[in-house]
Amino acid sequence: MAGIDWNFIWEGFLQTMEMVVVSTIFAYIVGLPLGVILSVSKKGGLAPNRVLYNILAFVVNVSRSIPFLIFLVVLIPLTRLIVGTSIGTEATIVPLTFGAIPIVARMVEASLEEVGNGIVEAALALGAKKREVVVNFILPEAFPSLLQGAAINFVTILGYSAMAGFIGGGGLGAIAYQHGFIRYKTDILMVTVIILVVIVWAGQELGLKLASRARHS
Amino acid sequence: MSDKRLDDDVIFKLENVTKVFEGDNKVVALDNVSLQINRGDIYGIIGMSGAGKSTLVRTLNRLEDVSEGAVLFEGRDLKSLNKSELRNVRQGIGMIFQGFNLLNQRTVDKNIKTALKIADVPKSEHDKIVDKMLKIVGLEDKKYAYPAQLSGGQKQRVAIARALSTNPKVILCDEATSALDPNITAEILDLLKRINSEFKVTIIIITHEMSVVEAICDKVAVLNGGRIVENGPVKELFVNPKSEITRRLVYPESVALNSFDSEGRKCLRLVFDGTEASHPIIAELAAKKGVTVSILNANTKSIGGVGFGQMVVALPNDVNEAKVAVEYFKEAGVFAEEIEELDDSKDAISA
Ligand SMILES: Nc1ncnc2c1ncn2[C@@H]1O[C@H](COP(=O)(O)OP(=O)(O)OP(=O)(O)O)[C@@H](O)[C@H]1O
Ligand SMILES: [Mg+2]
Repeated sequence: MAGIDWNFIWEGFLQTMEMVVVSTIFAYIVGLPLGVILSVSKKGGLAPNRVLYNILAFVVNVSRSIPFLIFLVVLIPLTRLIVGTSIGTEATIVPLTFGAIPIVARMVEASLEEVGNGIVEAALALGAKKREVVVNFILPEAFPSLLQGAAINFVTILGYSAMAGFIGGGGLGAIAYQHGFIRYKTDILMVTVIILVVIVWAGQELGLKLASRARHS
Repeated sequence: MSDKRLDDDVIFKLENVTKVFEGDNKVVALDNVSLQINRGDIYGIIGMSGAGKSTLVRTLNRLEDVSEGAVLFEGRDLKSLNKSELRNVRQGIGMIFQGFNLLNQRTVDKNIKTALKIADVPKSEHDKIVDKMLKIVGLEDKKYAYPAQLSGGQKQRVAIARALSTNPKVILCDEATSALDPNITAEILDLLKRINSEFKVTIIIITHEMSVVEAICDKVAVLNGGRIVENGPVKELFVNPKSEITRRLVYPESVALNSFDSEGRKCLRLVFDGTEASHPIIAELAAKKGVTVSILNANTKSIGGVGFGQMVVALPNDVNEAKVAVEYFKEAGVFAEEIEELDDSKDAISA
């Protein structure tokens, strides 16, 4: 263990957190509204729209079924366009975000589905506008479930970020691959893997704890 | 009374309303329903499962569009309203449900405030209104409780407080007490009755239980297969149920509606309309005339504050004694009728 440069590892940890947290936030900025639109436009939803739903569902399904590694490669030109480079922490945020958007959208959609139709009926009977039904009734009711979903998505994105390390991304994944795996430094490989496992565990626990604290039923 | 007055008294008017659910197998949920509900009424709509009750009540605030016909609220055809007019109308029509439909992730306080917010009630008034509503429903101490911490009856009280908070003219109740046990049901019905008399809120109650209608309704419509089979004052329905479905709803299920009981005695239905006590009359008959009739079923209750009831008795086999009994009931002013067979054995009764 003497040979481990802990500053280097710390740097990697920060990069990983930056990538994952920023990508998760970006993915929710797009994925949350997308999930809401999916749930609302679905057959039997608040404002059914078959064409819109089918288009969005198709895009989401296709992009979700593409393996993330391929996503990473395919998005390189787009990443260059946005960030100026396709290597490093910032550059990794682009494919991470795009890869996570469909996952987030589906997770949000599933959380909103859990809210019973009765709540929507009650809201409409009170004279709520459709937007008000979503904002004041559906989202608050789905909140604990949304938090739980966010914890799961965080972990998924963390896994993707480690994968991104293989093709020039930064963070612990890159360290594990380039220093631990390619240069046969078993101790570095071990340490980075352990840290990743701890982040997964902590993220999961925190998310579940927050969700159960938010849940009143 | 001028026409204008007449119109003012009517809050809902349904004109030949038909609702068809298109689909793989098309369902006619409402079939040419015409109905008038007056301001201040406690109006019951009763029917078996699948009769179309929920569909009917949902057309009243246009949660469901009608396929044909018109629903008029205070003289305005709901179909003619644009989105914002419809929302305004809905804010004047409260609704409570069998499943309560409260926001489970929000406190009682927030549940009511959400309704106020939707109705654009200024925020400065929210607390005052919430406290007033909770006082009316008797839940002052539950303001900051979450629905999960409340019993079914308490949840329905919150739903009533929420519905009442925006000062509606009507409250629609779709099986609002069906998930509650009998004494809690009675409490909720009492509360609705009080709201009706104190705040002049028209109340429309959907139910499959006659006991609910008896407990609080002034008028009732019987719905079967999407059609109104009869409607009118609750008492009339009891005294003289015209359709088989109404009889089935009025009579407890345990009573077999046969002309003769299992021992071959002729059965008689007695109706007490509040002027006579029911049981003493049977005792008097025995004491004064020496004739005993067996009570097969007694169902006496108070409807609209008036003692009311009916009873099915088996007449003595002896023709003369039977005659004496029937005469006696007639003299006492009790409505008595032989029970008609509902099937083909009609000729058996004329004897
Ligand atoms: N959205 C819908 N799509 C298709 N059919 C429907 C729909 N809603 C109701 N129906 C049908 O319309 C008929 C009347 O239903 P409704 O819910 O009004 O009955 P109900 O009297 O309220 O019954 P219950 O006492 O079981 O609640 C039923 O046959 C039902 O299956
Ligand atoms: Mg129903």
